Amino acid sequence: MKISVDQTKCCGSGMCVLTDPDLFDQSEDDGTVVLLQEHPDAAHEATAKEAAGLCPAGAITIS
Amino acid sequence: MTELISEKLPTTRQNPFDPPAEVTRIREQARISRLRFADGHLGWLVTGHHQVREVLGSPKFTTDPAKHHQLDARFQGEAPEEGRKVEPGMFLSQDAPDHTRLRKMLQGQFTVRRMNQLSEWIGTIVDDQLKHLRSFEGRADLVKEFALPVPSLVICALLGVDYDERHRFQEDTAKMLSLESTFKEAMEAIRRIQDFMRELIERKKANPGGDDMISDLLATGEPTDEEASNMALLLLLAGHETTANMLGIGAFTLLQHPDQLKILRDEPEVVDNAVEELMRYLSIIHFGPVRTATEDVEIDGHLIKAGDTVLMHVPVANRDPEKFPGNPEELDLRRPAGGHVAFGHGIHQCLGQQLARIEMRIGFSRLFQEFPDLRLDIDPEEVPLRTDMGIYGVHSLPVAWSA
Repeated sequence: MKISVDQTKCCGSGMCVLTDPDLFDQSEDDGTVVLLQEHPDAAHEATAKEAAGLCPAGAITIS
Repeated sequence: MTELISEKLPTTRQNPFDPPAEVTRIREQARISRLRFADGHLGWLVTGHHQVREVLGSPKFTTDPAKHHQLDARFQGEAPEEGRKVEPGMFLSQDAPDHTRLRKMLQGQFTVRRMNQLSEWIGTIVDDQLKHLRSFEGRADLVKEFALPVPSLVICALLGVDYDERHRFQEDTAKMLSLESTFKEAMEAIRRIQDFMRELIERKKANPGGDDMISDLLATGEPTDEEASNMALLLLLAGHETTANMLGIGAFTLLQHPDQLKILRDEPEVVDNAVEELMRYLSIIHFGPVRTATEDVEIDGHLIKAGDTVLMHVPVANRDPEKFPGNPEELDLRRPAGGHVAFGHGIHQCLGQQLARIEMRIGFSRLFQEFPDLRLDIDPEEVPLRTDMGIYGVHSLPVAWSA
């Protein structure tokens, strides 16, 4: 599994960090998404998908 | 296919906690249907959860109120254009790129980490307010003494607004949001709050370096004074009206669902999800938000034409069994409630949602820990509901406890 994030789409809602802080963080500067793990381990696959689904701006894609 | 047309949006609730049953029936027939607006425009009513997300997530709709056909005749026809013109800094009513530029200036201040760092401080505010509540020796209005002061104190401190000056905006906020205000009254109220915010911005510019969000915003040198003052106004309104009403009607809801309240008391770890479920169950807006298509767009098999206005019904979408299987009409604090659209969806999703979550988690859990025998001090039928206000909730909530 691979996670991609698009900072230009991100609106800083924080839903991804709320869902899995091991995978996502937010920039101190403008609150946009910072990806911590591009390839999540099996234990984080479900939350990665959940975060992508919850993202209001469609800024997270899973492939 | 014959389309379902509603000539008027049903707005009468059959009980305090549920959206109008007629709108639920519309969703059961068609998650996207047609709705007549005040000027005769045949627009759209979206009641399905997935469909609401699709519209709110699409860049082919504008949030600019000047582009919307109005549901409420007060704002149609005789209402001057002035009232709907979007002023600089009102990013909630702006599209990209203005919205993006302005929201980005604030996003860094509302991150999950920043808000978590405020937990202890918010806890102190909640505890102090509970002490204040206890000073009433057995009975008080929970809205006046707890639900409204907590978020007001929090947002005033965060923005660097003197809480003792709240009379300068609280009454006018109510006038702005009242569905019974005339257009003129609402406009006058907003002008007075704008004067207050302009003074605030001037004061902060004269005394730079303050430890608050508005001082930080001004220090970036990015917004114009007019933008900064309208952005601050938006944060002030959004910060105290919404959470206050969730705390008020949320407490009423829990008192009327003793089995659920017991879960919250016995299993403190359920509180994070309880807040999501209360948000899903209550939504606290009557209906909305509204968007207008800027180009032809297909949503779930329906062709929405450029210029068509779409009214989304968040309270009914949050009860959509396709998204929340089982019995979505019931309050169930253990239900996976994530993904509700009570904070909206798309790029305008609530900027302060992480702050609101923390205020509610601490607010609900400590209220019911500290007052284990809290009860209604009025016939539930008599609780004054905010059916007359843009943001739903209770006007007051008389409660009692063993002093």
